Order: sequence, then structure tokens, then C-alpha cells
Amino acid sequence: MTECLRILIADDNQTDRMILSAIVRKEGHIVLEAADGQEATAVYEAERPDLVLLDVLMPVLDGLEAARAIKQLAGDELVPVIFLTSLQDADSLASCLHAGGDDFLSKPYNRVILRAKISAFGRMRHMHAALQANHRQLLLEQAVAKKVYDNVTHAGYIRIDNLRYSLSSRAMFNGDTVLARMRPDGGLHVLLGDFTGHGLPAAIGAMPLAETFYGMTSKGFELEEIIREMNRKLTRVLPTNFFCCAVALHMDMREKIGRAWVGGVPDCFLYHAAGGDITALPPLNLPLGVTEGHQFSLRMHEFAMRNQDRFFMWSDGIVEAENPDGELFGEDRLRAVFARADVPETLFDDLLAAVGRFQANRASTDDTTLVEVMMTDPPADDLAAAQAEDRQPYVALDWQVSFVFPTLTLKHHNPMPLIMHVLSETDGLNAYSSQLYTIISELYSNALEHGVLGLDSRLKSTGEGFGRYYQERQERLERLASGRIELTMRQTADGNSGLLTIRMEDSGAGFDHGRQPASLPAAAAAAETPLAGRGMGLVRELCSRVEYLGKGNIVEVDFHWPQRRLGTRI
Amino acid sequence: MTVTAHPSSDGTELTIKVTGRFDFSAHQEFRETYESAPAQVRAYNIDMTDATYLDSSALGMLLLLRDHAGGDSARISIVNCNPDVRKILNISNFGQLFNIE
Repeated sequence: MTECLRILIADDNQTDRMILSAIVRKEGHIVLEAADGQEATAVYEAERPDLVLLDVLMPVLDGLEAARAIKQLAGDELVPVIFLTSLQDADSLASCLHAGGDDFLSKPYNRVILRAKISAFGRMRHMHAALQANHRQLLLEQAVAKKVYDNVTHAGYIRIDNLRYSLSSRAMFNGDTVLARMRPDGGLHVLLGDFTGHGLPAAIGAMPLAETFYGMTSKGFELEEIIREMNRKLTRVLPTNFFCCAVALHMDMREKIGRAWVGGVPDCFLYHAAGGDITALPPLNLPLGVTEGHQFSLRMHEFAMRNQDRFFMWSDGIVEAENPDGELFGEDRLRAVFARADVPETLFDDLLAAVGRFQANRASTDDTTLVEVMMTDPPADDLAAAQAEDRQPYVALDWQVSFVFPTLTLKHHNPMPLIMHVLSETDGLNAYSSQLYTIISELYSNALEHGVLGLDSRLKSTGEGFGRYYQERQERLERLASGRIELTMRQTADGNSGLLTIRMEDSGAGFDHGRQPASLPAAAAAAETPLAGRGMGLVRELCSRVEYLGKGNIVEVDFHWPQRRLGTRI
Repeated sequence: MTVTAHPSSDGTELTIKVTGRFDFSAHQEFRETYESAPAQVRAYNIDMTDATYLDSSALGMLLLLRDHAGGDSARISIVNCNPDVRKILNISNFGQLFNIE
């Protein structure tokens, strides 16, 4: 049973037209007739038939011209055009198809062939219609997916002033992702991810990546822990042949340190504003999502940064940008842009312009993503302080909580996220998570590094010693046979204000705190070096009391709230 | 781009030779060469002498082969890489997973 189609028959020869119409009607189709090409075009426009049978030689407008006009009117819709011809030579028949015809039918008409052709084009129309419907559905779904994707990946870094990025893409979604968020201590985490492939598969991988990155950064996890977790998730979620090349950066604006994990992307550049020179930081790790096995590594670059120094990261799209001759932009041209730069402020734009000129402004063949992160002073108005403005009225609450961290915890875990989780659930204190993070993490690292591990902070006073210090810290931690840190927090609070006393006790030897004034003014704290660096100076500024007790292995501090916001410069 | 496979005389080693750009267009062909290999194949040699370029989907295909060949216990060597191919393998740190010669 053939489906009933509406078929336009155009032929200036009335007899031929009537014969064909009769055959077609007999097959159960509806026939529309036209006597020349112009009329055929007009009937098509008015009636939109399913199939068009056109005589090649007609007055006013011939069949070839009419076919072009009808195809143009049809737009995205598929309208099969079959030419009717008594011509037999190959060239004439080929010219029918060149004019946009889909097939031809020789006169005199063979009924069997005619029936078969109409039915074949009917099937083709169905397939086309189904394809169009699927396509529309796909676009709709992509639009929704893109909205979700944007909400997940682009949340939260609009306020970061020292970050610039450019994402360009040939697909609706980027194979590249840029994520950035401040930690509770005011440090900055930035991640550039370049997924294998483009479009939806890449975007799907970006979602667990973004969720993990934002969630763990906000809770104060260290970069290494976040990278390990992102790798674990991606390895389990992505198919074997999909992975994510990435750079993860932690920038500490207070200590002026940068730390970067580079896996599977080309060298990152560290630009030194003072000398105008660069340090290349090569990829030291496998990409994310390849393996959870021992081959996965957390080899980090650690470096000092002064204000105005800049960290540049990019996906391979920049280095592999192609010019019209198929040459690659390459690392030499990249370095040349840095060598030419007079002022650091224009570097970012210079780079984009140089790549754009090289490609002669053709659409790039890969995702080209560029990110610049500049070292600045710590942000004046951190996010936690901003949240404090819309906090709820407090509930009076007195409590005490103790944590004991034994050897294994000290060696393998960072307890800060756990501690911050407790404080963030506490009315009144949750508005000060940034300050509290600073205080507790300083006290904890002092207890661990100087107390339990017996490290001397004087090592850190030179750039070279700095690296040695952290190497030594790592080695001593690995060798550590026994150690213990105990943290006790006690709060007394009424409806509007409160006092939090924090006590940190370590298993180390302590020090002669008799020579150390119990509460130094903040100015003097900056000069205080041997036992406590800049970190303790900050603790003193935030706390009304800082007191060493016992043999110097116990420190107790008082934090009063409400408190003014953290100053701009410490 | 073409992929050809030659088993060693004792049949325990398979050499897969990639010619031209090693990219997504080779996906099917590359997979078929190792999936249809005799069961006694224990080690693989990927000969890159005539491979001009490698993209990230080619890296993905190498990971699939590694998986097929037993994951961490896979014995796969990537040999005769030109500097461009070598560089891409280095950036990805694939030396951790494959024996690159």
C-alpha cells in the first residue's frame, strides 16, 4: 500500500501531461498540474507538494530554471525533483542533475519504474523529515544542556580581578574549561582543563570536574587533594580513550607563592615583571582521568611571585594554531611575543592578537584558551566577609570541642576541611570562616612543622631555602614515627557577640617562650621572625590574646566576634 | 592514513605501523588490527616511522590498546617517533604508561 502523496506535474505538452497525470492518479496520489516552468514555481509556492515532476523543455521558464527556483523556495525542506525528458544522451541527463534535480524519468513512461521512483522518494522524504525533527530536538536539548553547563562551570569567578581568560571554541560547548575560586583563607585556585574532543562529550566531563573543584576549594582543601579527587572522578566517569589535560594553580597572595600542577598541556610560562623574563614550567604529570594507578602523580612546580608577576596557561590550541599554509604557531613565536612586550599589562592582548594575526583570522581548528593570573595583594573584601552582611541573628551558644590528630592523620590528611566544616555550621562564627581558617591553619602548621617535625622557619628566609624547607618538611613527614596534635575550641557567646578560644598543643619539644612577649603589637609582629613568620603576625592581628603555655608546645588564642573585616594589606 | 599489522615469526608480538596523520579517522582501523590479532600476541610495537602527527584522539586509541592488552601489565612499545610525535607523547607524559623508544 503506497502512501498518498501530493505530486506536481509540469509539462507544456498537454497530452504527455494527461497521460502522466492519469498514471499517477491511478497509483493513488493527488496531482497538481502546470503548463510551464513559471506556473510550476507558482503552484509549488502556493501548494507545497511533496514531489515535483518537471519536463525539461518548457516555454517561459524551462525545467532546469524552475528546478533551481523550487529548490530555493524549499529551503531546508526536502522536495525531490524528477525531470521528465525524451533526451537520451548522457550530457543532457547529467545537466538535469546538476541543476538540482534528484533523478530523471525517460519518455515514454514506464509505469513500473515510475511507481518505484515515487515510492523511493516518498521514503527519502520520510527519512529527511525524521532527521529534521531529531535535529530540532537535539538543538533544543543542547540549549538546555548548555544552560546547565554554564551554570555549573561559570559560577563564582566573576569577582576575581587578577584573573583574565579567553575561551574560544568551534563547537557549541568548549572542550576547554576554566574554573577559578577563592579558598576560605583568601588563596586562589585556578584550573584550566582541556578535554579530548569537543562538544557534548567534553562538556559532560567538565561538570563533575567543576563540581569537585568548586566544592573542595570552598571547603579549604589543598590543591593536591582536589587534583587527586578530580582524577579519581574523571577516571571512573570517562571512557578509556577520553581524558582531560589540565593545569591547576594555587596562588597565595599573602605569602607570595604560586604552586602549579601541570598535566598533559604545553609548558606554562611564569612571567617576571621586574626583569621581563619568563620561566617555562613543563608538564610533569599524566592528564586527569587516565589512571588512578601509581603512574598518576602530583609533581608540583613551586615558585615565588612578586606583585605584577603573571602566570600564563593555555591549552594546546594556542601553540598548535595554524596559519593558512598549515604551519603551527609554535613555542618560538610564543616566546617572541613575551620578548617583544614592553609592559606586562598588554601581554594578554598581545598574545591573542599575535595568534589571531597568525591564523589570518580564520576560525581556529582547535579550542584556543588563554588564562593569565597576576600576583596582587590579597583581596580587600573576601567572600566570607561579604556573606557576613546577610547573616541571620545569632543564637546564644556555649560549647567546647576537641580534636586529636594522631601520627597517621598528620602524615596523610589535612584536617582543615573537617575543622572548617564544624565552624561553618556554627551561627555567628560562620561569617568569619576566612579569618578562622587563617588562624587555625597557621597554628596547625606551626604545631606540625616547628613542633612535631622540629623544622626551623629561618630556612624559609631565602628563595632557595624556601624550596629546601618544603622538601625537608615532606621528608620528615614521611619518616615521622610518632606525633600528635590536639586542638580544642571553646566558645562562650550571648545573642550578639562571642569569644572563641583556640588551643593547639603539639607533641614537640616546645621552646623557651619566656623571652617572647605574650602579646606583641601587630607592628612588632612583622619583625618577629625566628619562631613565627608572617603567619603568626597575622594571627596576632586577628586575636586579642596569643599566649604560649607549658614548655612552649601549647599556644592559646582568643578570637572575639563580631569583628571588623580583614584589612587590605597585612 | 593507513594502519598495517605484522605479527612476529613466533606470533607473540604484533607490530602495528601507522602511516600519515594518526587521528580520529584511524579509529576503526586501529582497533580492528589489535582486536583481530591472534590470541598468543603478548606484546605490541607501535611503529611511528611514517606517522607525521598525533592528536588527542590518537592518544585515546593508545589508551584503548593498553586497556585491551591488560592495563598495567600491558607490554606496548612506541618506536621510531619523529620529533613532533615525540613531543606530543612527552607533553602528555605517556612515557609513564608506554615504553617510548
